[in-house]
Amino acid sequence: MSAVVDTHGHDGHGHDAHGGGYHGAGGIMRWVTTTNHKDIGTLYLWFSFIMFMTGGAMAMAIRLELFSPGIQFFNPDLFNQFTTMHGLIMLFGAIMPAFVGFANWQIPIMIGAPDMAFARLNNWSFWLLPFAATLLVMSFFTPGGAPGVGWTLYAPLTVQMGMGMDLTIFAVHLLGMSSILGSINIITTILNMRAPGMTMMRLPLFVWTWLITAYLLVAAMPVLAGAVTMTLTDRHFGTSFFNAAGGGDPVLYQHIFWFFGHPEVYIIALPAFGVVSQVLPAFSRKPLFGYASMVYATSAIAILSFIVWAHHMYTVGMPVQGQLFFMYATTLIAIPTGVKVFNWVATMWKGSLTFETPMLFAIGFLFLFTLGGFTGLMLSLVPIDIQLHDTYYVVAHFHYVMVAGALFAAFAGVYFWFPKWTGKMYDETLGQWHFWLTMIFFNMIFFVQHFLGLAGMPRRIPDYPLIFETWNKISSIGAFGFGLTQLLFLYIILKAIRSGEKAPQKPWEGADSLEWTHLPTPVPYHSFETPPVLK
Amino acid sequence: MKSSKPARSIATWSLAILGIAYSGLALALALEWNLQPAGSKLAADIHWLHEAVMVLCTAIFVGVFGFMFWACYAHRKSKGHKAAQFHENTTVEILWTVIPAVILVGIAWPTTRVLVEQKDTSNPDITIKVTGYQWKWGYDYVKGEGEGISFISTLSTPRDQIEGKAPKGEHYLVEVDNELVVPMGKKIRILTTAADVIHSWWMPAFGAKQDAVPGFIRDLWFRPEKTGTFRSQCVELCGKEHGFMPIVVKVVSQEEYGKWVGAQMKMIAASADDPNKFFALDELKKRGEQVYAKNCVVCHQATGKGTPPAFPPLDGSKMVLGPKDAQIVAVLNGVMKNGAPTAMAAFGKQLNDVEMAAVITFTRNNWGNKVGGADGLVQPGEVKVLRDKK
Repeated sequence: MSAVVDTHGHDGHGHDAHGGGYHGAGGIMRWVTTTNHKDIGTLYLWFSFIMFMTGGAMAMAIRLELFSPGIQFFNPDLFNQFTTMHGLIMLFGAIMPAFVGFANWQIPIMIGAPDMAFARLNNWSFWLLPFAATLLVMSFFTPGGAPGVGWTLYAPLTVQMGMGMDLTIFAVHLLGMSSILGSINIITTILNMRAPGMTMMRLPLFVWTWLITAYLLVAAMPVLAGAVTMTLTDRHFGTSFFNAAGGGDPVLYQHIFWFFGHPEVYIIALPAFGVVSQVLPAFSRKPLFGYASMVYATSAIAILSFIVWAHHMYTVGMPVQGQLFFMYATTLIAIPTGVKVFNWVATMWKGSLTFETPMLFAIGFLFLFTLGGFTGLMLSLVPIDIQLHDTYYVVAHFHYVMVAGALFAAFAGVYFWFPKWTGKMYDETLGQWHFWLTMIFFNMIFFVQHFLGLAGMPRRIPDYPLIFETWNKISSIGAFGFGLTQLLFLYIILKAIRSGEKAPQKPWEGADSLEWTHLPTPVPYHSFETPPVLK
Repeated sequence: MKSSKPARSIATWSLAILGIAYSGLALALALEWNLQPAGSKLAADIHWLHEAVMVLCTAIFVGVFGFMFWACYAHRKSKGHKAAQFHENTTVEILWTVIPAVILVGIAWPTTRVLVEQKDTSNPDITIKVTGYQWKWGYDYVKGEGEGISFISTLSTPRDQIEGKAPKGEHYLVEVDNELVVPMGKKIRILTTAADVIHSWWMPAFGAKQDAVPGFIRDLWFRPEKTGTFRSQCVELCGKEHGFMPIVVKVVSQEEYGKWVGAQMKMIAASADDPNKFFALDELKKRGEQVYAKNCVVCHQATGKGTPPAFPPLDGSKMVLGPKDAQIVAVLNGVMKNGAPTAMAAFGKQLNDVEMAAVITFTRNNWGNKVGGADGLVQPGEVKVLRDKK
């Protein structure tokens, strides 16, 4: 951030003297009782990685079954359970907690605050998650198994499910509570705990995107809680919200769900935009281009995200006026998103570029996320969507946004801040291997799925007509490669923690936000006990 | 940015990349990788729209990332490039906000035209109601030539092929026992609805897709311009057998359609089941086996063992071995649990009295089940009584 005054030589002024290390309970109790934003950030990140592996294992099972036509390994019921749980676990267990982990670690040290505003609430926000995850995984072992209804939990199929459905509903409630509490914490921290002189328009962009994301979460998560609660009462208490025979409407569920679901897309994407907006300038050694327009574009995307929900529902049967409204509103999102992409490219333009692992992942993000954006534009056009809705084209589209978008940005963030957090360097060669393998296998899985969708393969089917065989084989091989590559990531992180080289005070020449300029590496357990001086 | 040298290099590079991509695509051309050939003008319009937007997106993509990759190449620190420090430019920022807006208006215009055409279901020649069931399609010709024809369309791929016990046929998973037959050149209006959960009826060759929502009627239309058989599948997750409810449309000439309608009408007259007739046990068992294979086997299995707990066994079941009335009511109206319908659907609307009597008799006298006596044999008349009572 050019806004931050350069203070070479001030690094860690006085902080180590009394800030120092950790003094509280030892062992497991440290983690259960911790109210330290760094500990909680670490908990979030490890939890998210465990969930990433769990959801990933289900993805492997799905691709294994789809390797060849015919039913080989899993019966169709179990297959549906895998697709449902893969989606729920990846979204609510892996991606969202990963970015909350970044928020916990980074927001206080980027705005010059000693910790999050509500430290105990922060502890509780995290500790709701393992219970929610347990409920989700437990549902597999109930009679009837986990729900096999897709992550969108559409009524009235949900009414036919066994007890696993109820566990899932409660899990969603807990996850929602965790997100809302976490968001209130983040909003309060950003609005009230900035160091003197850290005005709103000097905030690092990562903090800005999280502020807007937190508002989206507070607005959207209760809507989801409402939708699943109505499902619960339809299942057990004789209501007919989604049952036409009782005067309800199954499509009502979809309206409520997607009123949450579309902002959810940006809840996941905006923090990713934030991470990339920190990484690209650092490795371009050049300030972020169009800071103010980035803030405005992010806000515009957030506001638009509330009026486009029914573009997920073009095929449910809407009047033509409704389809036109949602189509026009949706295409408008291309404008602020375009502004962001142009700003990022302009940031790199005439910089002094180096390509360490965080930068590689950021560039991979930029390239592939934009591709996902274009297929999104394609899907926003009703006549084209009528052909592509509920096919593998949609699967390819949202994995470009969720994996190449959010996950790549998360990887970029981990490699970027790892030295700051731990004081150790990761193995750069292995990091680059991780990037290139991830990049190649990702495209191998999902690029060909565009073809499958165009040619007419529906999503969520355990078996398929013979014409789809070749692309499915390629996609499955890619998936196995992708899965193995993520074990490499685990190895890189463990190796760096155990025996990584000592990180220099400022490993990235171009990084200029507070945590790099005002704090020692590794960052002490308590930081900014007195606010930094910003001019 | 103003010098033409980088621009020329970008062009050369893009051409090289395109060349590689093209040879890759040439290989892929042998495979399915694009939209299915259009069978109607509407589908052709949609495909044109798709291609036009695709070309536009590709051009923008190559342009934007041309800049990015040029920066990656030319503005590297290892080449000694010094970073400029500019961080805003109002003119450029306004331009890249306004130009995309103009492009979007350009896209919206033809899209709106196609969409309005797609939604115009007025003045059809033939109207057909499509009902989604777990897991088959029901077709009722409700208006126009063929009015009164009604049948159920079920996957005809044998289970052995699915389970890998027999080689897979050419139309594996996209073949049915009864195809939807329509005449070429006529405007066909499809009304969709469903009996249990949401399904979705899709015919890609005609650019026609519409969810089938239980309790509601939606519609779509198409005007086929080629004869032939067109294949697709249900595209809304509808439970366990979602992947196994194909949609097959056979488009025939007007003349052939007339013949088909005639034959169907004769068959309806001839094969009308007489619900007042008394059947012998063996007669009912034989018919019941066919009904079972079409309607029950995917859940309760050929062995009658089901896949518990979601789909309970019939072999040894208390209900099947108990008094027959309870079972008749269950098959007619479906099974409720805690006031909510279960996966055991109401078959009353799909099966007539004879079929109903046959399949229940079959379950009572097959596998280990030997009910015998008065409770072992269900006559159509008994079903009729319980059906009317409802």
